[in-house]
Amino acid sequence: MDKGKIYRIAGPVIEAKGIDAKMYDVVFVGKERLMGEVIRIQEELSTIQVYEDTSNLKPGEDVEPTGASLSVELGPGLLSSIYDGIQRPLPILKDKMGDFIKRGVQAPGLNHEKRWQFFAAAKKGDAVSSGFILGTVEEMPGIIHKVLVPPGISGKINSIKSGSFTIDEPVATLENGTSLRMFHLWPVRIPRPSAKKLLPETPLITGQRVIDGLFPVAKGGVAAIPGPFGAGKTVTQQALSKWCDADIIVYIGCGERGNEMTEVLTEFPHLTDPKSGKPLMNRTVLIANTSNMPVAAREASVYTGITIAEYFRDMGYDVALMADSTSRWAEAMREISSRLEEMPGEEGYPAYLSTRLAEFYERAGRVIPFGTEKLGSVTVIGAVSPPGGDFSEPVTQGTLRVIKTFWALDAKLAQRRHFPSINWLTSYSLYFETLGPWLDKHVAPDWTARVKEMKTLLQEEEKLLEIVQLVGSDALPEKQQITLEVSRLIREFFLQQNAYHEVDTFCTLEKAYKTMGIILEYGRASIDALEKGADIGRILSIKSKDRIGELKFVAQYEPLLHELEKEMAKEFSVVSVN
Amino acid sequence: MKEYKTITRIEGPLVFVENTEPVGYSEIVKLRLGDGEIRTGQVLDTSEKLVVVQVFEGTRGIDKNATVKFLGDSMKLGVSEDMLGRILNGKGEPLDKGPGIIPEKKLDITGAAINPYARGSPADFIQTGVSTIDAMNTLVRGQKLPIFSGSGLPHNEIALQIARQSKVIGMKEKFVVVFAAMGITNEEAQHFIKDFEETGAIERSIVFLNLADNPAVERLITPRMALTAAEYFAYEKDMHVLVILTDMTNYCESLREIGSAREEIPGRRGYPGYMYTDLATIYERAGIIKGKKGSITQLPILTMVGDDITHPIADLTGYITEGQIVLSRELHTKNVYPPIDVLPSLSRLMNLGIGKKNTREDHKQVSDQCYASYAEGRDLRGLVAIVGEDALSEKDKRLLHFAAIFEQEFVRQGKRDDRSIQQTLDLAWALLGSMNKEDLTRISPEFKEKYFKANAAKTSSGQKEEHHGQSAQKADERGTKVSVRKPLQGLDEEDNK
Repeated sequence: MDKGKIYRIAGPVIEAKGIDAKMYDVVFVGKERLMGEVIRIQEELSTIQVYEDTSNLKPGEDVEPTGASLSVELGPGLLSSIYDGIQRPLPILKDKMGDFIKRGVQAPGLNHEKRWQFFAAAKKGDAVSSGFILGTVEEMPGIIHKVLVPPGISGKINSIKSGSFTIDEPVATLENGTSLRMFHLWPVRIPRPSAKKLLPETPLITGQRVIDGLFPVAKGGVAAIPGPFGAGKTVTQQALSKWCDADIIVYIGCGERGNEMTEVLTEFPHLTDPKSGKPLMNRTVLIANTSNMPVAAREASVYTGITIAEYFRDMGYDVALMADSTSRWAEAMREISSRLEEMPGEEGYPAYLSTRLAEFYERAGRVIPFGTEKLGSVTVIGAVSPPGGDFSEPVTQGTLRVIKTFWALDAKLAQRRHFPSINWLTSYSLYFETLGPWLDKHVAPDWTARVKEMKTLLQEEEKLLEIVQLVGSDALPEKQQITLEVSRLIREFFLQQNAYHEVDTFCTLEKAYKTMGIILEYGRASIDALEKGADIGRILSIKSKDRIGELKFVAQYEPLLHELEKEMAKEFSVVSVN
Repeated sequence: MKEYKTITRIEGPLVFVENTEPVGYSEIVKLRLGDGEIRTGQVLDTSEKLVVVQVFEGTRGIDKNATVKFLGDSMKLGVSEDMLGRILNGKGEPLDKGPGIIPEKKLDITGAAINPYARGSPADFIQTGVSTIDAMNTLVRGQKLPIFSGSGLPHNEIALQIARQSKVIGMKEKFVVVFAAMGITNEEAQHFIKDFEETGAIERSIVFLNLADNPAVERLITPRMALTAAEYFAYEKDMHVLVILTDMTNYCESLREIGSAREEIPGRRGYPGYMYTDLATIYERAGIIKGKKGSITQLPILTMVGDDITHPIADLTGYITEGQIVLSRELHTKNVYPPIDVLPSLSRLMNLGIGKKNTREDHKQVSDQCYASYAEGRDLRGLVAIVGEDALSEKDKRLLHFAAIFEQEFVRQGKRDDRSIQQTLDLAWALLGSMNKEDLTRISPEFKEKYFKANAAKTSSGQKEEHHGQSAQKADERGTKVSVRKPLQGLDEEDNK
C-alpha cells in the first residue's frame, strides 16, 4: 500500500498526507513505526491518533497504512495474561525495552511459539459455521478453551486432527480450501455476533453482602460504581473480580494507578478461586493502561477488553468485565476530540460521548452463542469517577441512562470507614425483582422478604435520624428506638464488610441470609418484649446482639450462630419476665 | 544547524515560526534576541508550514527579528552525584555559588511510563513521626501522597517535618530529598533552605527553585527536572528518594495559561482537558521497580482554591495519587498543629505497610476504631450545639469527649516531636481507654484483652511504663504527653459554648 507523509504533529494526534486509508484503519507512523489509528479523513489529510509517545516525530516522515482495523488476537494463551491497551503483553514489552515503556515495539497478543494440545471435537464432513466448536484446548488447569470457527466463515470440514500445535499451524481445513487455526483476529470496535440475546435471569453472586442482598446484578447485566476518589471504587471492583462466580474475569485498568495494577498482579496469583481451588489469576485477563501511558491506547483499552470478554462468552462462559475507570476512558475521548478541534458538548466532552458509552455497555448481555448450547454472558461493571463526586456530570449521567444496577459510593461513609461504602438509600438495582424468584428458590423462600424488611428499616432509620439530630435519640418513642438499634446492627454487621479480612472478604448467600435472620429476629423479639412491658434500656443493652458482628470473622459460623440465638432467647426471657 | 528568522506571531508565552525544515515534536528550541540574550523553548505543535514554540522564560522583549534554532533533541537534564547538596533553578542550572555540575549522563526529562509489570509492590512503612499520618494514613515507600492544603495553612512546616523525620525503621539505606518549588515566594523558599541547612538535611538534598517571580512556563519543566534527578538517584544509585513538589496549584495554573494561549478548548474551570493525563505523567513517576534497590516516594503539596476539595486540581490529583492528607482550617484556628483532618484523609497503600510485620498487629483495628469514634464524636458536636451536652446519652458523652481529646492529644504535636509508631499506637489506646470496652466495635476481643485499659486516660504515665516501659519513657523525654485528662478541662468548656 502507498506510503504517505506526516504533515503535522500536535501531541498524540498527527495529520498525514497522501495515504489511502479507511476510517479506523491501523497505520504505522514515522521511522520507529509507531502504531496509530485513522480517526478522521478530510480531503487529502488523514488524522491519526497514535498509541505511543510522539516526541521527536517530524513532518515528512513516512506513514504506512495496513488496510486493517485495530484487532486483537483471540485464541489459547489469553488467560492470566497482562496486556496494555492495544493487547501488547507487558512482560514481553519489559523483556524488549526494560522497566520503562518506550516506543516502537510490536508484540503479538498471543504466544505464537507455544504448543497446545488440541482435541478435535468436530469431524470430517461436518458442516461448520461461525462459532462452531472445532475442538478444545486445556488452556489452564480446569479451564477448557474452545476453539471456534471465526465469525463469517462456513463450510464443510475436509480434514481435522488432534495433536500438539502452535496457534499458527492449521488444525482443520474446509472443503473450500480455508484452513482454520486455533486463533483468529477480531476488530475491537465491532461487537462479536451471537445467535440470540436473552434476558438476564440469574444473579452474579459476588460474596459481598450489600450487593448480593440489596443491590444484586444479573449475569449478563450492567452495573456502574460511581464515587468520588477515596470512596473505594477500586477496592470494590477488586473484591468483585476476586470473588464473583463468573468463569472468566477481564479486568481493565483504564487510566488508573500503576501501583494498583501491581497490587492486582502480586495478589491474584496467591489467591485461590473458591470454586475451583486454583489460583484466581488462571481465570483472569488483565489490561493495564495506567494514567501515564499514552492516551490513545487508553481509549482503545476498553474495546480490547470487551472483545476478549465476548470471545469467552462465545464459548459458553460467564464472563465478568471490570472497567476501572470509564471516566478515564471518556476523558481520553475528550482529549482526542479536543485535539481534533471538534465542537465540544457538555464540559468539553464530545457530543458522541453518551452514544459511545451506550454502545459499550450494550455489548454486555446473556446470549446463546452460535455453536454451543451452553449460554454465555458478559457482565459489565464500570467504575465511574465523577469530578468532585458530582453525579450530575456527563459521564455519570450518560452511564446512568444505560445501566441497571447502580452502586453509589459515598465519601461520607468511606470517611467513617464504612466499607463497602455503597450508599443504601441512593443505590438501586433494577434486577431486584427479576432475580428475586431465583434467590427465593435457591437460597431460602423468604430471602426477598427479609431483604425488603431490611430495606424498610434502613429507610425508616434515615427519617428518624433527622429527628435525632434535633432532639437526641432518648426523646424518640421506644419502638422507634428499637428501629434505630436494629438498623445500626444491619449497617455494622450486615452492610459493612472487610475486604481485607481473610474470612469476611467473601460471604456466602446462606451466611448472609442467616445473618439477616438473627438481626431481624432481635428486632422482632424486642418489639415483643416491649409489648409485654419490658424496659427499653434493658432491651437495648442485650449483650448477644452486639456479638452478631463476630459472625463475619469466622468461617465455621454455624456453632456461633446457634450459641448467639440461644443466648439471645435467654436474655430476652429474662428481660421480659421482670 | 539552521537559524530561522521567520517568526510571524508572538502571543503570550508562544512563538509561531513559519517555513522551517521538518522540526520534531517536543524538540528544544533556542531563541536569540537582538541583544544577544538566549531563551529556551519547546515545540508544542509542528507541521510543514508552522511550528508553535512555548518559551520557558516568557516572550517579553522578543520581536520578529529574533532568530530561532531547533536543537533536534528533547529536553534533557544533566545528572551526576555532585547534585547532592546543591540549589538549582527551575531549569536545573546552579543558583548557589557552587561550580557548574559536570553531568555523568543526560536524561530525557519527560520520563517514560514504568511498565506496570515491572513495578514492585510498595511495602515498607515510612515512619514520619507524625501520629495522624503514621497511625491513620500510613505513608509507604513508593507511594505518592499529596498534602491538600489551603492558603495560610502550615503545609510547608508539615512537609519539612516529614522530610526531617522520615525513616524506615531498621533500614540503613541512603536517603535523599529532592525538593522542587514551583512559583512559591522567595520567603517560603528561604524558609525551606534555612531549615535544610540547619538540620544538615541539605547535604542529602537537591533543591530546584522556580520562584513566584520566575517565568510561569518554566514551572512546567521544574517538576520533571526534579523527578528525572530522583529517578537517577533511585534507579541508578540505589537510593531512596523523597520528592516534595510544592505548589502543584501553581503548576496547573501555568498549564492553563499555555492552554489558553494556544486557544485550546478549555475543560472544567478553564483547565485543559488533558490535565489529568499531564498530572499523571508527574505523579506516576513515584514507585518501586522490581530488582532495583532504590525507590521514589512523592509528597506533592497543593493549595486547594477556596478550600474546595472538588476544585479540578485537587480533584484530579486525588484520582491519581494514592490517597491524600487534608489540612483543616478549623483545626488550624483551634491552634492544633499539624491541622490534619483525618476524616477526609486517606492512604490507599496503608494496608500494605502496616500490621505485625511492619508496625504492630493491632494497628489496623486501632486506626479504624479511632476513625469511627472520632467521626461519631464530631457529628455529635452539631447536636450539642442545639440540645446541650446534658441531653446526650452516656455513650454519646464519651464519644464527644473522645473527639476532643483525640484532637488535642493525638492530632496535636510539636514541630520537633518525633513520635515512634509504638508511642503513637500506645497513645491511641490511652485515648480509647476513655471509652467503654463495648464501645470499641472495630477491635477484636483478642486485642482489647491485650491492649485495652479502661480509663487509661486518667492513669499516670508511670503506670504505663509497666507495660510499654521503654517507649513510654522515651515519650516522656521528648515531652509527649501520655496523661490526657488535665489539659482538656478548658477545651471542653470551649466546645460547649
